[in-house]
Amino acid sequence: MSRLVPLFAFLLLVALFGFGIWWNTGHDQREVPSPLIGKPAPAYALPHLDDPSRTLAKADMLGKPYLLNVFASWCVACGDEHPVLMAEGRSLGIPLVGYDYKDDPADAKAWLAQHGNPYDLVIADREGRTAIDFGVYGAPESFLIDARGVIRYKRIGPFTPEVIEKELKPRIAALRKEAP
Amino acid sequence: MIPELGQLALVLALLLALAQGVLPILGAWRGNRALMALARPAAAGQAVFVGTAFMLLVWAFLQFDFSVRYVADNSNLALPWYYRIAAVWGAHEGSMLLWVAILDVWTVALIALSRSLPEPFLARVVGVLGLIAAGFLAFILFTSNPFERLLPMPADGGDLNPVLQDPGMTFHPPVIYMGYVGFSVAFAFAIAGLLGGELEQAWVRWSRPWTNVAWGFLSAGIVAGSWWAYAELGWGGWWFWDPVENASFMPWLVGAALVHAQAVTEKRGSLRAWTILLSIFAFSLSLLGTFLVRSGVLTSVHAFASDPRRGLFILCFLAVVVGGSLLLYALRAPKVAGGKPFGAVSRESAVLVGNLMLAVAAAMVLLGTLFPLVGDALDLGKVSVGPPYFGFLFTLLMLPVVVLLPFGPFLRWGGAGDTGLLRSVLLRVAVAAVAGAVVAAFLVGGQPKAIAGTAGAAWVGVGTLLYVYKRWREMPRGRRYPAEMAGMLLAHFGVGVFLVGVLLSESLSVTRDVRMAPGDEQAIGAYRFRFDGVHATRGPNWHAEQGTVTVLKDGRTVAVMHPQKRTYLRGQVQTESAIDPGVTRDLYVALGEPMDAGNLEGAWALRLYEKPFVRWIWAGGLLMMLGGFASAADRRFRARRTAGAAQPEAAPAAAIARESRA
Repeated sequence: MSRLVPLFAFLLLVALFGFGIWWNTGHDQREVPSPLIGKPAPAYALPHLDDPSRTLAKADMLGKPYLLNVFASWCVACGDEHPVLMAEGRSLGIPLVGYDYKDDPADAKAWLAQHGNPYDLVIADREGRTAIDFGVYGAPESFLIDARGVIRYKRIGPFTPEVIEKELKPRIAALRKEAP
Repeated sequence: MIPELGQLALVLALLLALAQGVLPILGAWRGNRALMALARPAAAGQAVFVGTAFMLLVWAFLQFDFSVRYVADNSNLALPWYYRIAAVWGAHEGSMLLWVAILDVWTVALIALSRSLPEPFLARVVGVLGLIAAGFLAFILFTSNPFERLLPMPADGGDLNPVLQDPGMTFHPPVIYMGYVGFSVAFAFAIAGLLGGELEQAWVRWSRPWTNVAWGFLSAGIVAGSWWAYAELGWGGWWFWDPVENASFMPWLVGAALVHAQAVTEKRGSLRAWTILLSIFAFSLSLLGTFLVRSGVLTSVHAFASDPRRGLFILCFLAVVVGGSLLLYALRAPKVAGGKPFGAVSRESAVLVGNLMLAVAAAMVLLGTLFPLVGDALDLGKVSVGPPYFGFLFTLLMLPVVVLLPFGPFLRWGGAGDTGLLRSVLLRVAVAAVAGAVVAAFLVGGQPKAIAGTAGAAWVGVGTLLYVYKRWREMPRGRRYPAEMAGMLLAHFGVGVFLVGVLLSESLSVTRDVRMAPGDEQAIGAYRFRFDGVHATRGPNWHAEQGTVTVLKDGRTVAVMHPQKRTYLRGQVQTESAIDPGVTRDLYVALGEPMDAGNLEGAWALRLYEKPFVRWIWAGGLLMMLGGFASAADRRFRARRTAGAAQPEAAPAAAIARESRA
């Protein structure tokens, strides 16, 4: 009987792994629930990409919801996301703020000139310091921030038309209902 | 055309692997010599086709054949040729091909060096290896084809993961696979033994050199990986208890136990079932490691893009191979405890205690590694255990091993032997340990870890040297240190060296995160680090900001160091730490971020380290590797093997003779 113990222990392990695979098909491992959701966005003040003498601060955006989209010219997945934002960005009905992450401004401008600019405004975080406050660990990432400056939703990885339809738009609609 | 040839070669290799896996085992069962004789040619043919496929993939990389998706994803026109070869195993598909190629290296070595093994036994061993190869080839062909075409063909490719673009890293995967996969031989011997009912003492002797060599390679691979993490990642650490590190460490622990258990079983006939079980475990943990890395069940810095289909395939394969062998074990393992009896104080007991500790340590590492998954399964939320868990429990479990280590060789098989001798050894190692502790306390002040490290190293090192001296005095020249014993002594001494490295570097290291403007100086211990600014530089496929740090001691320049922050073609950033190595200390500088943006001559964040004795960690690991290799070279293994069934004095030989007649 004791000879069967290793086999049973192993079968238990197999069951655990089977669960792991099943679990992973439904859950993205990278989707660590962001502790920032429901919390005020970190304070930031970053220069505009096209005019570094002007800065955009968190306070400037209070009063209206907006989508902050972290991108970079060096980021391959951002290239996949870009056409989606070009196509759908306007239909969101809220401002789309580009957050150029750890990027050379010249590269970023050339990239936007070549592929088109879906953003109402682009700010640049060349060293990625403010991004640390936002808990950004790669691009693209996006934050939906409400009129009171609270982060309501975070997307890790590129937007697809499906995700915009199923996850982003309902949340934007809900925000509109909240507004007085 | 070339990629299609590669694919064809893989298909043919799969068919031959199936033939190699099924027919010889069938032949051995039915006593059909013709079928058994197929083992060698089928294995050789399979190896030739896998080798061909591998070379064709290398060729595709050297020729920039971006019409192959795998090549396009992992190389580009600017990548130097040596990294293009390393790129072959730089991602999932190619590394699986490397896995099978290395399995074939072992298989070919086995059929070349085992001409004297009884035919049915060799047929079973080669058959088991064939089944494993078939499983992996099917995995490659059905889920991870490296020859898949990419249309339209891009003008240039992506890039090899920049962390892999390092000379040390090009060797790390093949060496670690040599170890991982090498345990397949011990596994195949155990399964063949269970299938045929051979007497364990016989096949364990044949299996021992293979196990020791595999374990030696695994030691080397782990040392290389640890060294690479230290030099490349810029954190100055050498072990992180990362899931993938653990995946290679578990087979190593079980392998270390197996090396010792096999010695007991071969020489005394004891611990037979345990040796079989360890043979199965060592290879199962290698497979499990592959599963953990490839399936994406756990996240890790090493993990490749995960694909549930791949995970499911490997899981099924794992279930069949490991479940099947454990079932076979349950049915066929030796029913009675065999071998010569041994007392509570004996070499067997010492080995058994060490074995249990190593096995429990492997189980502890497994539990810690899988803990996040258990957390998901039991709905505990996101949980994981970190280095404190592993560090504490591992130290606790290894403590008895370190304490027992010096006495093992002095103990007799079966009983305590000369207790007066044991007492004098105890006295001497205790004196050495206390002396070491006192010296350490004087030199470093009240650092308990450093004192413990010095004492432990003196305990193990002096104990090992005492045995060296005993052999020198008592044995005639030429018979003092047979290779097997020399290997054991090297590896044991390596443990002492390793202890010095770990405990002294952990307790005495000085780390400083500083902001430095050009001309600034920072004192660390006896050294003064002067920052001389940063300038831009470039390599074949990267550009970098390179700092210059001059290190002075007593007004003399000790080292001029150049840490870099590299940006590769696709924008990935990679730190290249600068290291000034030394026997008693490493100086280590990593370049952080510029503190004032855009100004290359300005101030930077720097991380400065002085790491005493850190190199001893890897020196200890390399001594263990040498120990594994040396003991495998013992003439005894070769002599007995060539004598084979012709030697009537050996009881196992008689059993084999019976077996081959059956």
